[in-house]
Amino acid sequence: MTETTTETAPALELDDLAVVYRVRGRDREVIRGVSLTIERGAAYGLVGESGCGKSTAALAIVRYLPRNGRVTRGRVRIAGRDAVSLSYGQLRRLRANDVSMVYQNPGASLNPSIRVGKQITEVFTIRGVARSDARARAEDALKLVQIADPSSVMQRYPHQLSGGMQQRVVIAMALAKDPSLLILDEPTTGLDATVEAEVLDLVAGLQAELHTAVLFISHNLGVIAKMCSRVGVLYAGRLVEEGMVDQVLGDPRHPYTVGLLRCIPRGGVRKDHGRLDTIPGFLPNLGEALPGCVFTPRCPLAKDVCHQQEPELERVGDGHVSRCHFHEIADTMPRQMSADLELPRVARELEPLLRFEDLGKVFKQHGHDIHAVTGVSAAVWPGETLGLVGESGSGKTTLARTLLGIVAPTTGAVELDARLLAPRLGQRSEDDVRALQIVFQNPDNALNRRHSVRRILRRALRKLAGLGGEVAEKRMLELMRAVRLAERYVSARPEQLSGGLKQRLAIARAFAGDPKLVVCDEPTSALDVSVQAAILNLLVELQAERKVSYLFISHDIGVVRYVSDRIAVLYLGRLMELGPADVVFDGPHHPYTEALLSAVPTIDGGGRQRIKLAGEIPSAANPPTGCVFHTRCPRFLGAVCVEHEPPLVETERGHHMRCHIPLEELRTLQKTPPAERAGVAE
Amino acid sequence: MSTTVDPALVPQAAPPPSESRIARRETLVQLLRSPTFIIGTLIVGWWVFWAIAGSSLTPHDPLDQSAGQLLRPSHGHWLGTDSLGRDVLSRVLAGASDTFKVAPLAMLLGVGGGTVIGLIAGYFRGVVDEGISLVINSILALPVIVISVVAITAIGSSNATLIVVIGVVFTPIVARTVRAAVLAERDLEYVAAARLRGEHAPYVMFVEILPNVMGPIIVEATVRLGYAIFAVAGLTFLGFGVQPPSPDWSLQIADNYQLLNSGTYWWTVLFPALAIATLIVGVNLIADGLQQVFDR
Repeated sequence: MTETTTETAPALELDDLAVVYRVRGRDREVIRGVSLTIERGAAYGLVGESGCGKSTAALAIVRYLPRNGRVTRGRVRIAGRDAVSLSYGQLRRLRANDVSMVYQNPGASLNPSIRVGKQITEVFTIRGVARSDARARAEDALKLVQIADPSSVMQRYPHQLSGGMQQRVVIAMALAKDPSLLILDEPTTGLDATVEAEVLDLVAGLQAELHTAVLFISHNLGVIAKMCSRVGVLYAGRLVEEGMVDQVLGDPRHPYTVGLLRCIPRGGVRKDHGRLDTIPGFLPNLGEALPGCVFTPRCPLAKDVCHQQEPELERVGDGHVSRCHFHEIADTMPRQMSADLELPRVARELEPLLRFEDLGKVFKQHGHDIHAVTGVSAAVWPGETLGLVGESGSGKTTLARTLLGIVAPTTGAVELDARLLAPRLGQRSEDDVRALQIVFQNPDNALNRRHSVRRILRRALRKLAGLGGEVAEKRMLELMRAVRLAERYVSARPEQLSGGLKQRLAIARAFAGDPKLVVCDEPTSALDVSVQAAILNLLVELQAERKVSYLFISHDIGVVRYVSDRIAVLYLGRLMELGPADVVFDGPHHPYTEALLSAVPTIDGGGRQRIKLAGEIPSAANPPTGCVFHTRCPRFLGAVCVEHEPPLVETERGHHMRCHIPLEELRTLQKTPPAERAGVAE
Repeated sequence: MSTTVDPALVPQAAPPPSESRIARRETLVQLLRSPTFIIGTLIVGWWVFWAIAGSSLTPHDPLDQSAGQLLRPSHGHWLGTDSLGRDVLSRVLAGASDTFKVAPLAMLLGVGGGTVIGLIAGYFRGVVDEGISLVINSILALPVIVISVVAITAIGSSNATLIVVIGVVFTPIVARTVRAAVLAERDLEYVAAARLRGEHAPYVMFVEILPNVMGPIIVEATVRLGYAIFAVAGLTFLGFGVQPPSPDWSLQIADNYQLLNSGTYWWTVLFPALAIATLIVGVNLIADGLQQVFDR
C-alpha cells in the first residue's frame, strides 16, 4: 500500500453506499450499503457474478446511473470530494478532470463517425488546452498506450481499428487527463486472450508509471489476480469479503468466494478427474428483502443464525475481512461433486465418426477472397471431444459451420461414418441432419424468443426424432429432466429463463434427435462461472450417458482443457497443431500454442511468463507467405519461415504440428521464454 | 356489408402463437399507460363508432334535402346545411363509413402482400432480393396518385378497385420495411438452428421469423392506415374514389369548395376537412404509441 499523507485523501471512498432502481413503481435496492476505500495509486478489484451490482457501483461513483436509479444513502468521495452532492457544473468538472471510465465494448465507447484523433484531442480541448497543443498531446497519449504510429491511427475511424487497438485508444483517452481514479468495467471481456494479455500488461504498466488509482471490475478472477492488489467480492449488492488478492484467493473466508474459486476449471483439471463444483440456486431478485445473510439461500453452511442475523464484516486477517458467521470453516464447505462418471472409451483403432479432408472455405467480400479456412484435415471418433482453439478470426466458427452444412466448403469434403456428406444442409438426408447438431454461444439469439419451451422442444422432436402427440410430450419431459430443466418451465418463453436455463434448453434441443456429434460453439462464454460449471458438468454427463462426440470451440483454455480429449489449434484458418489434450498442453507446443497458453491469466498467479505476440493477426484476405504465423512468431527462424509453409507432420503418435522447428529443438527452446522479437516488419 | 373495425386496429398477417399471451398482456399494459396511444384510440374510436352507427343515430338523414340550402350553423342545424340543403353535422358523422370500408382493407392488402414479399426478399437475399428490390424501387419511383388515377380510369371506379389499387401501391413500401427487419433477424442463430433440424424455407419465414418482426409490421400497418385514409380522400376529391351520393368527407369538400370563393359558406368545407384531419391525427397517434412500445 502507498503511504497516505494527511492532506492526500484516498482516491475513492465509499461509505455505506446504497443504490435503488425504481422498477414497476417500486424501489429495489441493488447496492445494499457498500463501504470501501481505494488508496491513491492502488488497484482495487471488484468481483462477483452478473447482477451483483458491480457496474451499478461504478455508475453510482461517477453519478451516471440510469434514470430510474438513485443513491439513497451513503457517501462517495473521490479524492476527498463528495461526489453525491455536486452541482451539475462541478460534476462535469469532476468527470472531465478526476475520474475516467473504460467500458467493456470499446467499439461502443468511440463515436463511429468521428476520426479517432479528433475524439482524443477533445479530451484536452475540453480542459482548456489550445487546439494546436491538444493534437500533439493526443499523439503522446497514443504513444503512451504503445501505439506505434499515432499520427496514422488518429486519421482513422474507430471501425478501421481492431478491438484491441480500439480499447487502447479508449484507455489513452481515459488516462489522458491524468485522473485520480480510473474505473475499468470488464475492459477485456470481449477481447481475445492474447489481446487481453496485452491490454492488461499495458494497464498494469501505466498504472505503476502514472500512479493512478484503479477500480477494476471483472467477473474473471484470473484477471483480478493479475491486476489488483486488493479485491472486494460483491454479492447481491453486499461486500461479502475483502482483502489483499493473495489472501482472498489463497485463503478465502466466505462461502461465496470459496464457491467462485471452486467452479473454475483450472490447474489442468479434466473431465475424467472429476466434475466441477457449482454454486446451487440463483442470485436473489432485484431488491428482494433479505433479513439475514444475503448468501444464505445458496450457502451449504447456512444455519439458523444466518437466516436471522446478518453477520458483520469481521476481521479475519491483516486487512482481510469477511461477512460470514462461519468464516473459519468456509474453506471446508462440502463439495457438490457426485460420483465420478464413467466416460466412454474412445476406440481410435476403429473408424472415426466424422472425418474431414483438406476442408477450405473462401468467402467473397468486396471483390476480395477471404480465406477463412484453408486445408484443414482432422477426424473425430465416437464419444470423444475435439477442442478447437484459436483467436477470433482464426476460422473456428467457419470450420464448424462448414461441417454442419450451414455453409458449403470451397474445397474438401466431410465424411460421416465413412460416407460422404453432401456439402449443403438442404441436400443432406434427414439422418445426416439429425446426426450433427450445434449449441450456440448466445442462447438469447439461438432460441426463438416468441416460442415457448414446449414449442421449441416439440418441434425439434418432430423434425429430428419424428415424434408427435403423447410420445413427443413424454420424450420432451425426459429431455428436460436430462438437462435439469424443471417441468414447470414448460410453457415459459426464453426471456423468462435465466442465462443458464436458456443454455440448458438449447442443449436439450440439440439432443432431441440423439445426435452423434454436437458442435459446442463457445457454449459457456456468455455465462457466469458458477453457471458455466453446471453447463460443463451437464455436457460431460450427456457425453457419458449417450456417447456423443463434441467439437468444442472456446477461447477459454481452462474450459477447453477440462472437456477435451484432443485439441486442434487454428491460426488464420490453418491447423497449426493437433493432438491429445495433455500432449498439446504440456508441450512441447507449436510456438503459437505456446503464446496462446502463456496469455491466459491464472488465479494462482505466477505460472509461465507471458509471450508477447508481435503485431496484429494478419488479414485473411491477404495471408502472409510461407508459414502464416511467421509475422508474429516468437521463435521465428528466418527466410525458411517466410518462404516455405511447413507441412503438418506427425511428431509423436497422434500429435501433429506445423512448424519448421523440429520437436526436440522446441522441447529445449521452450524451457526458456523467447527473447522479445524486435524489428519485425509492420 | 357493414364493416366492423376494431379501434386499436392490429392487423395480423398470421395468428400469433398462444404462448405469446403473456407478452401481449405486457404490451397492452404498456400501451394503456401511453397517453399518445389512448388519445389516438379515443379519436379513432369515435369515428369508428359513427362509421358503424351510420345514419341511424345522426340527427337528420344525411341524404335528406328538405331543409333550406346553405343555412348557417344554428340551433336546428348545428353545423349548417350544404348547397342541396342536407344537414352538415349528419353528413360529417355519417361520412366516416366509406373511408372505413376502403382504407383498412387497402392497408391489410398492402401489409399482407408487403410482408410476404419482404420476408422472401430478406430471407433468400442474393439474386431473389436483388430482383425484388429492383421492382420495388422502380414502383416507388412512380408518383402514387398518377398510378392510382391511371389504374382506376382503366379498371373503373368502385370501392373494390380503390382497395386493390391502394393496396398494390402500398405493397412495395411495406415490403421494404419488412425486408429490413427480416435481414436483422435472419442472421440470428435461431434461424440456423431451424435449418439444422431440416425446416423448409416457408416454415422458417412464417413461423420462426415472422413473429419476431411483428412489431415493425404493426407499426407500419398503422402508419399505412393513415396514408390509406389520405389516399382515399385525395382520390375521392379528384373524383376517382368514393362516388356520390355517399356523404363521404372528401366528396363533401369537392362538392362545396367552390363556394369558398365568396368567403361565405365555410361550414360546408371546414367540418368535413376537420373530420379527415382528426382521423388521420388519431391514427398517427396510435402509430406513435405503438412505436414507442415496440422500440423500447
